[in-house]
This record gives sequence, structure tokens and C-alpha cells, in this order.
Amino acid sequence: MAKRLEPVDVVLVGFGWTASIIAQELTDEGLQVLALERGEDRATVPDFSTTHIQDELKYAVRNHMFQAPIRETLSFRNTPDQRALPMRQLGSFRPGAGVGGAGVHWNGQTWRFLPDDFLIRSHTEERYGAGFIPEDLTIQDWGITYDELESCYDRFEYLCGVSGVAGNVAGERRPDGNPFEGNRSRDYPLPPLERSAGSLMFDKAARELGYHPFPGPAANASRPYKNPLGVQMGQCTYCGYCEWFGCGNNSKASPQSTILPVLLKKDNFSYRTGCDVTRVVLDGSGTKAKGVLYRDLEGREFEQPAELVILCAFAHHNVHLLLLSGIGKPYDPVSNTGVVGRNYAYQITSAVEVFVDELMNPYMGAGALGQAVDDFNGDNFDHGPEGFIGGGYIALWTTGGRPILQHHLPQDTPTWGAGWKKAMAENYLHSTAVSTHGSVVSHRNAYLDLDPTYKDIYGNPMLRLTFDFHANDYRMSDYLTSKAEGIARAMKPRSINVKKRKPPYSIIPYQTTHNTGGAAMGDDPRTSVVNRYLQSWDVPNVFVVGACNFPQNPGYNPTGTVGALAYWAADAIRTRYLKRPGPLVQV
Amino acid sequence: MRTNQAILGWLALLCAAPAAGAADLHNADYVNIQRGRYLANAGDCISCHTAKGGKPFAGGYPVETPFGTIYSSNITPDVVTGIGNWTREDFYRAMHEGKRKDGQHMYPACPYPWFTKMSREDVDDLKSYLDTLQPVRSISPENDLIWPLGWRKMVAGWNLLFFEPGAYAPDPDKSTLWNRGAYLVQGPGHCAACHTPKNLLGGSDHDRALQGGDAGEGWYAPGLTGNRRAGLGGWTTEDLVQYLKTGANPHTASTGPMTEVVMNSTRHLNEQDLRAIATYLKDIPPDQEDGHDAGDSGGAIDDETMARGKALYVDQCMGCHMADGKGQAEAFPPLANTSSVQAPNAQTLIQVVLGGDYMADPPTRPTSLAMPAFDWKLNDQDIADVLTYVRNSWGNRAPAVSADTVADMRESVHEYGPRYKRLISRP
Repeated sequence: MAKRLEPVDVVLVGFGWTASIIAQELTDEGLQVLALERGEDRATVPDFSTTHIQDELKYAVRNHMFQAPIRETLSFRNTPDQRALPMRQLGSFRPGAGVGGAGVHWNGQTWRFLPDDFLIRSHTEERYGAGFIPEDLTIQDWGITYDELESCYDRFEYLCGVSGVAGNVAGERRPDGNPFEGNRSRDYPLPPLERSAGSLMFDKAARELGYHPFPGPAANASRPYKNPLGVQMGQCTYCGYCEWFGCGNNSKASPQSTILPVLLKKDNFSYRTGCDVTRVVLDGSGTKAKGVLYRDLEGREFEQPAELVILCAFAHHNVHLLLLSGIGKPYDPVSNTGVVGRNYAYQITSAVEVFVDELMNPYMGAGALGQAVDDFNGDNFDHGPEGFIGGGYIALWTTGGRPILQHHLPQDTPTWGAGWKKAMAENYLHSTAVSTHGSVVSHRNAYLDLDPTYKDIYGNPMLRLTFDFHANDYRMSDYLTSKAEGIARAMKPRSINVKKRKPPYSIIPYQTTHNTGGAAMGDDPRTSVVNRYLQSWDVPNVFVVGACNFPQNPGYNPTGTVGALAYWAADAIRTRYLKRPGPLVQV
Repeated sequence: MRTNQAILGWLALLCAAPAAGAADLHNADYVNIQRGRYLANAGDCISCHTAKGGKPFAGGYPVETPFGTIYSSNITPDVVTGIGNWTREDFYRAMHEGKRKDGQHMYPACPYPWFTKMSREDVDDLKSYLDTLQPVRSISPENDLIWPLGWRKMVAGWNLLFFEPGAYAPDPDKSTLWNRGAYLVQGPGHCAACHTPKNLLGGSDHDRALQGGDAGEGWYAPGLTGNRRAGLGGWTTEDLVQYLKTGANPHTASTGPMTEVVMNSTRHLNEQDLRAIATYLKDIPPDQEDGHDAGDSGGAIDDETMARGKALYVDQCMGCHMADGKGQAEAFPPLANTSSVQAPNAQTLIQVVLGGDYMADPPTRPTSLAMPAFDWKLNDQDIADVLTYVRNSWGNRAPAVSADTVADMRESVHEYGPRYKRLISRP
């Protein structure tokens, strides 16, 4: 029997980026807010201290900061006719766990989506005709526009101290920024990071080909910074230990380095760690949440009553909770009805390794230190002759030169022994990679549901992922990879190694943790789980926030948009919901 | 059970009664209480009168002295274990003469040699404020002092030698602001308790007032004279005000117990009083002791030590404090031209390197930026070398640090840990 705890105004499931932002906003509103985090407590010092954080084996190889599959995992299959099996090790994606969530171990690549991305179906039909979109693609508009989200993007970028060059400030195009980007209200808060040798070579090659390269937007502070909350950040040291690591210099934006110093001091905020939330508890009518059920590390069950329940966990976990709690109709791919779990998407990546004579100095790196072109992203180019939807950016990132996982070797190098050592010695300082980061369209057969066979440690059905890349994704990725190869060749290398993405999707090798969808936002309750304010259509005192809201996955890293959506939802709660609790959108 | 609780409840109410009476919030009382609250902040009473994890002002905090451990007393208005049954007269005698209600001597771990300077009005107001606190029933542990100091009468002799009761007498040749500053520094602020060197018997050496001293628990309190290298000579009044308000300024950041002082005391003082303190301190002429101001490094430092120290600095320190030792504006403190770095005594530096430390985090600088502990990573010689390098680079000059000194401190650093954080309760 669950022990009933003292009620709070708002309970947040998870304590990463979205929970931190929403907690900061709603505590400012005077509400009593509690966050429940499944992982452990973490602070910059001592947990990410520069004295010990550069440990590739512990963090990048042995997955110190991530969800532990022994405690929580999901089952997987490529197609609906297969039987799914549980993942017993992390593979193609690595969800974070612990205070700060994946906001601790990310790289800091902080993009805005393109204005057209939010209107993908209507825009595509308008430009290419209704017949251009294959029937089994379930792509759809977001229910909000870029212009509506602009101020939220701006707030997140200023919170994080993003370093970059704007390409479009109030309609004025800037030559060194991204000319394709949407209108932004002002410049980035900080100038771009120092350029790496690879970035400069990429920039030159891309310009020669007539493309429009620009510095990747980086939540790695290029200068000491004080954000609008007064939180101080140090200047990035280019140590090369961003992805999979916490930042010990307060340079990479994370909840710890941007919000928690203010939030944790508030009397009306609290958090608990080691809490696995297993249900949103509904009243008899099924239209009002009373709170959540959770288990602590000793397995004890608690009921935490709350007026407002906000799901801020990783995409999979939010969807799993909705399914277990019976909020919203589960998606059924056969009848193509229901919404929860629908429109799961991922990202398709590829790379071209480049071996050059020049010294690349790879160990001077930062998570988002790089140069990119957006010429082949979104609908920035004519898709008519290509026959696919979507795109991606092509970039050269200098994220670091870690010894175990961050080296490049020419194609025919032996995998061990003297030959391997010789190739390593010859290439470590003379190699880099041009990578592509492609969109994935949502597809009728890509979805999340409850596994009929496997149960989790609490006896609940496991979340089941059914996913494969589809023809549109491969066509798009091959196109993008060919353009990346063109840039790589223009860098005048001694050799290159083209690594295309080949079918089928494998969940084993790491690709990206940009898992999206399953709780899509939208204007129509028949095709979305939450309305444009990220409020559940079915249970109005439940909000669901994160990459799970993406109706499909554009060709960018998601965190910028996830942060913006958190501000968007918090604003809606502050200015609309609290004044008149109930559905914010009537249909 | 229920009955017992009810009885306890009534008892608590009865015990609280005198406090409630004293806290009668008529206009005059309200003003006195607020003045008292302000003075309690100015005196930083809470820091010593609160045990780790304990209730504020309920005492029990171990004050480590060369003569043993003295536990601070409960100054909540509890009638049995606190000072709830002390009259104003009793309280004034304690503050002014260092005597308890029962007439016994207090140990000078309580800074009555400075509180004696406080006016009767201020002491009464302080008592009025303390009477408004929630009474806490809590008995502090027995002191653990070396023989024969457990015998309180011994203090009488100490008082004869080192203690001169008497309220602050303004200097008519100085401005009102200067005199206010002197009163705050010498009286409630009791700055000299740490910043003035002590003699073998723990008495302050007034001839070397505010030239730097022992802050306890292995921390060294740097000099506050006009010494340009190891004092405040290079600071403007503005720098001092900023430091006392936020724990940091363009020259340095507070460490250890001073962070606690900033967070619990000085940041709560008004601008006028901070300016007064700064005006008074800036008027103290530089001390020239040990030829320290002349750039004496206390013996030549060999190139090899400096080279080893520099290599360690580049690997371990440069990311935050930068190659030029200038730190990062508003974030990480500089080490170049910093008085605490060039103090003749390197204890504070060694503590910070061994155990790490958190910066003050007032609302205007909320981050609580922190230095990690290096005790597990650097050996005694490493720490000695890197500190010798830091103390003698970018224009800094100070005596070399020896591995033996580091070794001595390594023993004790874990006993205490970062001091300020003991008052921060994370949920």
C-alpha cells in the first residue's frame, strides 16, 4: 500500500532541462513545486570536478551517467511482425539519469528548427503537391509556428550563454551566420568559440563549393558569462570532454551551471532522487490527475498528491508513463488510430572521415565547436527532383581527441597489432570527420507501445519500441552524405572514408540519443497527445514536455527546441492555466 | 501518549512565555528588535552559536583552540538551557565583562574582548532580538580543555593580562563614518579575533593589530592593513564594499570561514556601514613586518621548483585561473596580486588546494562556484611546488611553501571540510 505524502501544487517527473526550467518558472509564480528524479544527486563540484572528470573509460565506455538497463530498459524490434527483445545494454542511444538529466552529458549543440519544419505537411503539400508525401508517412504540422516560439528559443539561448554568429537578426541577413535560419530577435549572447583547424578547412572547402558555412551554435561559453538569472559561467577550456561528461568549469550549459544555483535556494522548491515514478494517478472519472505513484530505491511505494502533474522525463519514459496510466488512447498501427506512442522518430547520421597532411590538433575540442552548412536542411533546397522529404546539416565538429573512441583510421587499417599502432601514430593528429545529421520522418510503423511479453522490475509491462529507418530516410541520408563527401574532397585530403548509413536500423552501435515523438503536440486530438500548450487532451492537469512532443524529427539536435518548448509550456501554465484551470484548447 | 504530548506542549508554551512578552511588537520594541537583528548579523553570532545540522543559535558548535575544544552556548531564549531567564543586565555583563549569569567567567572563545566595545543600547537591542527567537532546549557538550583550563577561574588571570573592558570611545579627530567603521570592526564585527596575531596564551597582539592571524581550524586570516602585497593596500573602498557584500571582487574571493562571515554577516549590513568599515580599514597604515612588502620571498626559490610548479599549474589550475593568473571576471578569482595568495602564512592556500572550497553565493552571485579538492590527486611536494609557483609568479612575492607544512595540514583538512556549507541544508 502506497504511503500518501503531503500534497504539493506541482509534481515534476524527472529533473533535467525541462523540469528545471519549468520549476524555475512556476516557483516564481509562488507554487510549491517538487521534482522526482530517478537517478542520483549531482553537483558540478564534486561530481564533475576537473580533477577527475576526464575519464573516458568510466564515463564514455562504462556509461557512468546513463540510465541503467538493469533497472529500466525497453524492448525493441525493427518491424511489427517481429518479436521484440529487451535491451540489456545501452546501444544506439543513451538516456541520461540523475539530476540535470542528459543536460549534464550533452555536447551543447543548441539549434533552432527552421520555420518550415513546424509546418512540414502543409508546407510540403503547398510547394510540391499533396501527392508528394507517401501515404505511410505520418508527418504533420506542430500546431505552433516558429514565430510563436522565437522568444522561448531566445530565453533558452540566453539562459545557456550560447556562443555563435546569428545569420538573421530581425530579417537582416549576416554573412557569417546561417542565412537559412528563422528570424531571431537579437544576436547570440556570446561570440563564437575559437575556430579549430578542422573548422577552418571545412569553412574554406564549403565556401569554394558555394555553400554557406557558419559556426555551430554552442552552449559552451566562449567567454565568462552571467545569465539573466545572475548565474555565473566560466570560459570553456576546450578540454574536449563534453559529450558523456559533466563540465567541471561551469562552461557547458546544464541545469547545474545555469538554473539550479537559483532554484535550489527557493523555499517553495524541493526534489527527491532515486524515485521511479510508475503511474500518474487519475480520479474515478479518468479526466483529472490526483498525483503520481513512485518507488524509492528500497522499493517502497509512495503516492505524491499534486494539483498539476508535469511529465519532464526522457521521451521514452514520458510515453511509457502515459501508457501505464491510461492517459490518452494508445496508438494502433493496424487501424491507424490512437495517439500515445504514435510518430516515434529518431535521427539518421552518417560521416565521411578525412585524412589530411595538415596538423588537426584534435585534443583542443569542445562539444559544439564546429562549422556547419544548412544548405541541405529542411526545405532549404528543391526536393522536387530528389523524391524525399527532409534534410539535415553537414558539419565538421571538433569535439575532442579522446584516445579510446575519438580517433579515425583509414579504411584498410588492421584492427590490432603493429599495423594498427603505426596507422594510429600517423593519423591521430591528421584526421577529422565531416558528419551529417539528418531528419527522420514519422512513419506508420514506427511507434512505442506496451510489450505484451516482458515486464519491468516493478511488474509493469515494458515499453516496446518498433522502429526502422524507411526508404525516405535512406534516400535523404545518401543525398546528404554525397554532399558531405563533396566537401570532404574539397578539403584536399590524402584519403577519405565514406560511412553511409546502411539498412536495417541497428539498436546496438551508438548513433544518437535524439529519440523523439510518442506524445506529439498538435491541433487535432485524433493525431496528437497534447495540445499546442503541451497539455494532455484527455487529462487537463497533466502536461507532457520534451522531445516526445516532436511530431517528426527535423535535421537538428533537439535540445534548443526542447528548452524552448519548456518555456512555452511554462508560459502557458503561468499566463493561462493558473487563471482558469481546465483545457486550454477547445475542440 | 497524547497526554504526554499535551503536557509537553503546555510546557513549551510556558517556557516561551517570557520570550513572547519581550517580543511585544509595539513600535519602539519593533525598532529595537530590528536593530538587534541587524547587530546579530553584524556580530555573526549564528556562525559560532549553531552546530552542524543544528538549530540556529542553539549552540553546541565546537570551537577549536590551541587549548582544547570549547562548545558554543545556546543563546536561544530557552529558560533552562538558553538565555531565556537572563535579564538585560545579565546579558550586558556577559558581553561587557565576559561573565555568565552565575557569575562564572566565560572563555574568550566568545569574543567578549571585542563585544565589550558595544554600547549598552546596542547590547540591549541584541538581547531584545535574541528573545524573539524560537526557544530551543539544547545543552552543549562539556568543553574539552587541557588541564588546568577546565577551571574557569583561570580566565580571571587571562583577563587581567589581555582583556580591558570598556565601550568604544570615538576619535574626535576622525569623521563620523570612520568612527562608525571603527566601532563595527572593533566591536560587534570582532574582525581582530581572526585578523590579529595571537600570543602563546591566545591573547591578541594589539601591537600588530589586523596584520593577519589565525582564523582557527587551520585557516589563516590575511592582514587588513595598507600593506600593498599582503593587505588591503591595493584595494579601493569600493573593492572592500563589494567584497563584504558578495564575497568577491576583482582582486580575490573569500575562502573558508570568511565565506561564512560574508554569507551570515557582512552581506546583511547596509551600504553605509560597509562604507564605514572600508573607510576605517583603508586608513590603517601598511605594516612592513619581515620586509614582506619589499618583495622578499623568504629565501631564493630555485628554478627547478618554479618549473615543477608551473607544469602543475598548467595541468591543474589554468583552466579556471588562466595562464596569467588573472582568473575570469565575475567567475573564478584571480591569483595574481592577491593578498591572500601572498600572505606570509600559506595555510589558507593549502587548505583550499587540499580540501577544495565553495565561493560565497549571495543572490547577486548565486552560483557557489567551487574549487575541487586535490588532496587525493597531488602529493605534499606537488602542492608545495604549485603554491610556491603561484606565490611567486605574475608579480607575486611570498615565502616558498614546504612539503612538510602541507603534510601537517593534510592531517586536519578532512576533520572540518568546507565550513560555510555546514549551514546550507540541501533538500
